[in-house]
Amino acid sequence: MIKVENITKTFGEFTAVDHVSFTVQEGENLVLLGRSGCGKTTLLKMINRLIEPSSGEIYIDGDNIYNRQPEELRKKIGYVFQNTGLFPHYTIAENIAIVPRLLGWDKQKIRWRTVSLMEKLHLPGEYLSYYPQQLSGGQQQRVGLARALAADPPVLLMDEPFGALDPITRASVKKDFRQLDELKSKTIVLVTHDVQEAFELGHRICLMDKGMIVQAGRPEDLLFRPTEDYVRDFFEDQRFQLEASVIDPKDYDTLIRAFDHFKNKGK
Amino acid sequence: MEQAQSLWQFMQQQSDKLLQQTLQHIGLTFISLVIALLIGLPLGIYITRHKPAAGPVLGFAGVMQTIPSIALLGFMIPLLGIGPLPAIAALFLYALLPIIRNTYTGIEGVDPLVKEAAVAMGMTRMQVLLKVELALAFPVIMAGIRTATVINVGVGTLAAYIAAGGLGEFIFGGIALNNTNMILAGAIPAALLAILLDFLLSLVQKMGRRRRLSTLWAMPVLFLLLSSFYVLPFGYSTRLLAGFTPEFMGRSDGDIGLRTVYGLKIRTVVISDAVMYKAAYEKKLDVISGYSTDGRLKTYDLVVLEDDKKIFPPYYAAPVVRKEVLERYSELGPVLNKLAGRIDDSVMTELNYKVEHLNQSPEKCARDFLVQQGLYREPAPVKEGVVRIGSKIFPEQYILTNMYAMLIRGYTGLQVETKTGLGGTKICFEALQHDRIDMYPEYTGTALLAILQPPAVDTKAG
Ligand SMILES: Nc1ncnc2c1ncn2[C@@H]1O[C@H](COP(=O)(O)OP(=O)(O)O)[C@@H](O)[C@H]1O
Ligand SMILES: [Mg+2]
Repeated sequence: MIKVENITKTFGEFTAVDHVSFTVQEGENLVLLGRSGCGKTTLLKMINRLIEPSSGEIYIDGDNIYNRQPEELRKKIGYVFQNTGLFPHYTIAENIAIVPRLLGWDKQKIRWRTVSLMEKLHLPGEYLSYYPQQLSGGQQQRVGLARALAADPPVLLMDEPFGALDPITRASVKKDFRQLDELKSKTIVLVTHDVQEAFELGHRICLMDKGMIVQAGRPEDLLFRPTEDYVRDFFEDQRFQLEASVIDPKDYDTLIRAFDHFKNKGK
Repeated sequence: MEQAQSLWQFMQQQSDKLLQQTLQHIGLTFISLVIALLIGLPLGIYITRHKPAAGPVLGFAGVMQTIPSIALLGFMIPLLGIGPLPAIAALFLYALLPIIRNTYTGIEGVDPLVKEAAVAMGMTRMQVLLKVELALAFPVIMAGIRTATVINVGVGTLAAYIAAGGLGEFIFGGIALNNTNMILAGAIPAALLAILLDFLLSLVQKMGRRRRLSTLWAMPVLFLLLSSFYVLPFGYSTRLLAGFTPEFMGRSDGDIGLRTVYGLKIRTVVISDAVMYKAAYEKKLDVISGYSTDGRLKTYDLVVLEDDKKIFPPYYAAPVVRKEVLERYSELGPVLNKLAGRIDDSVMTELNYKVEHLNQSPEKCARDFLVQQGLYREPAPVKEGVVRIGSKIFPEQYILTNMYAMLIRGYTGLQVETKTGLGGTKICFEALQHDRIDMYPEYTGTALLAILQPPAVDTKAG
């Protein structure tokens, strides 16, 4: 469980993240959603101490992360970058093995884990001895994901992990990602500016603007019970697809609400 | 073909010296390279962490690189004396820039995202440095090491000027002695050494990461081993230390004569005449091969030994003039002869002393002397025709050149061009032969031995 309390980050005069608080339950997927420049990346990087906050506290499983060695903390948190950040001088196998090796796993175990991740992410085994430049963008992103998952960290931070891919590749990587069993048990914070993606992947969404959280809640809460005009306007363009995607035909309450909403809109 | 043959013979004859000089050269190159690495690598890394220091550090190393090598060696002598220490210090300063700069740019060139990813995965600062930054900067850093090595092999030849040995002994000895084989016996191994080392290091540079991990430890070991070549013992019995110019070393009226005729076997280092006198004065050397007319004999209160076995032919300054020029300007010969018999050793020493110690300009000194001798005349009306006078690089030659120029201008009206800056006997003589200059002051002994080159046995008679 991750608990963020009143976290603030200023760069000189500029406040990138402004008194933000939220919690992520164990096994939950939380999406930080917002336009470019609203402070999502800054917020995410404070969770594994790539950026130190100006004020506020963060707890993981009840422990204040600022009481721990940053290196120790980071080895237990997987991190996926938009542009992979793979080591160009390491083979795919070596890239995936980075954290397990830092943790001192034995060779056999690392080998076994690497091979199994390659399989799960639908990467051919012969790629293990390739270098990142030899792979396509989609394949590199899968390796980036494998590398973040290698040491089986309980927490996963993902910064626009599908953002750099073309739509077709994105759909296929995302599909494999969603089918990964081992993600089910992980606590995930995912950053995106793509509303569709937020709805697809997030159990809960924090909508951010200008370094602050405007509204946090389940996708349908944001859609049907917006607390501010900003929230309503944010989803307006894609409202129809979004509503279709969140409505569970057995959830009568929501169904009626959606129906009302359509009726009002028609007037 | 004959040239190649005799060069080979020369190298075989002198194989002992050649081996010693080559080993010394390798040693000098690597001692300074190792020190430059020990200091340059950490400094290069440091300035990637402390950016404000990068400008001054790179600037300092850059300035060091622009100081002409001879000048840098000159600066070293008051601080470190002569011998290997100042040579190593100078080479170290030259090697510093490529190593610091390439370490810095290599690390700066690493994709920041890759560095961030390394941190994000829990690597410590040291792990990020070793496994990511240095690993990715490796080819660039190796390029810097290659540059530094080639520079060191090249500049290392100058070590011979300050008694630090190396292949420069042959090169500068050969230039001074007009001995092409000797020059090549030093220059060819030096060039081959530079090419070979550069090639070997290029192999390391291109090595893949895995090969590197398994072989890289060998590099420091090898570098240290090569450094140790410099101190390989070459035994001598006496404690007396002589410093001779490269020219003196190879002449039968020099070191060879001292060994064969006088049976003098003392430890000898090769040194440039520019620093030789001072080194003797500062007790760095016990015996030197001075010019009997050099003003510094007086300045530093040095004693001149008598050549009672007569290995030295008489050394009188005399103009060497192209025949063609003497014929074209018939008035030139008599004018130049006006100086004949007027300058003996003590007069010359006095003149040199004025220039070297009292800092008079060679021009004033020459003029004063001509006036005192009643020879001076204001320039005559200008006439068609130019005489080009060359000189070697030391004060006595400048004084003589000025005297000749004044006499020619005063008595003939011919114009005079002076080219004062020809490194040594060989360069002056080659310039004369190839019609670049018309005349230069030479010494009878040198003209006899170095230029006319009689067979070695004949010299005793001279
Ligand atoms: N190191 C920094 N120095 C100054 N400003 C920064 C720095 N990092 C981010 N910012 C600013 O903070 C704001 C939020 O950045 P970021 O968290 O990257 O936004 P997002 O990920 O939501 O696009 C942006 O306006 C950005 O320019
Ligand atoms: Mg961002």
